[in-house]
Amino acid sequence: MNETMNETINETMEKKNPRPFSTYILIWLGLLMLTGVTITVAGLNLGTLSVLGAIVIAAIKSTLVVLYFMHIKYEDRVFKIMLGLAIFTLVVILVLTFADVSYR
Amino acid sequence: MTTVVGTMPQAHKDHTGARIGMWLFLFTEILLFGGLFLLYAVYRSKFPEDFHFAAGTLDTFMGSLNTLILLTSSLTMVLAVANLERKNRKYAAIFLSATMVMGVVFLINKYFEWSAKFHHGLYPNSEVLQQHTGGESVFYSLYYLMTGLHGLHILIGLAILGTMLYFVIRRPRKKLRLSGVNSTGLTLKNRSGETLWEHSEAGEGAEPVREIEMSLVYTDNEDITDRLGIKLENAGLYWHLVDVIWIFLFPLFYLIT
Repeated sequence: MNETMNETINETMEKKNPRPFSTYILIWLGLLMLTGVTITVAGLNLGTLSVLGAIVIAAIKSTLVVLYFMHIKYEDRVFKIMLGLAIFTLVVILVLTFADVSYR
Repeated sequence: MTTVVGTMPQAHKDHTGARIGMWLFLFTEILLFGGLFLLYAVYRSKFPEDFHFAAGTLDTFMGSLNTLILLTSSLTMVLAVANLERKNRKYAAIFLSATMVMGVVFLINKYFEWSAKFHHGLYPNSEVLQQHTGGESVFYSLYYLMTGLHGLHILIGLAILGTMLYFVIRRPRKKLRLSGVNSTGLTLKNRSGETLWEHSEAGEGAEPVREIEMSLVYTDNEDITDRLGIKLENAGLYWHLVDVIWIFLFPLFYLIT
């Protein structure tokens, strides 16, 4: 029983291990590039679109950080479900309150 | 001569459980800042022109610089974790130190930024702001509250990383006590079977050894991942979350003008 558990643990550890440094550096370069994009887009004066653009780019950047730097990509499904629930809760709170305030 | 096989006592460790615990804490952080972002969104829709104008006074260059610093510090953080995973104690310590340096530089920039604003009389409830419109006042209150709370998180993160750096650098000692021994001859061998130390008392009336106490000092990195991997990874998760929050703070305060 204990041995099988240890084996499973070892297997998951091995699955986790091949995370080459190059992946992290590529993600970092991507983040720097997106920062450049968001600064450029903000300078274009696109009006309401610029707010949307900035938030979309920020969302992409944080997704990269969460997936690769915070290892969510390599985690068990339970982590993904929990994170999804937390984000869903936040979005519900934001959208409902904002909708209420806007049409008051 | 009796052979007593001693192994280092291993505590049961649940790394997945530890990470789940950390993430649960991070969710509360997400909701904390989420509430402030909601406040920002509501007031922004209420005072669009005031926010537009006030955001224009923030130093975009300083904000961009701090964004680059934090993103890079996240890279060095994850590299510290990855090096510890590969048992490279030295590089883990170097990357961890680099992360801390960038955190400090971020705070120094923040200090200059805030000082400049204070110098212009732009702080909550200042005389200058009282003559401005209400929306601008709200903008600066939110600016100080959100970047201030974020800066506090950087400060706490630095304290956590400093503690981790200490753990990575030091070579810990461990007391090991074996009781229930009853022998007149003892041999201490290393893993490859070489004899390191011997003790024997032969002859009539020799007092047998009853208990052995050893103070062990770690000399290799064999189990450094086991001892510290999860701690450093959780510290890293905190640091990355603070980075994620800044990823949203930066465009909302500095760019959308």
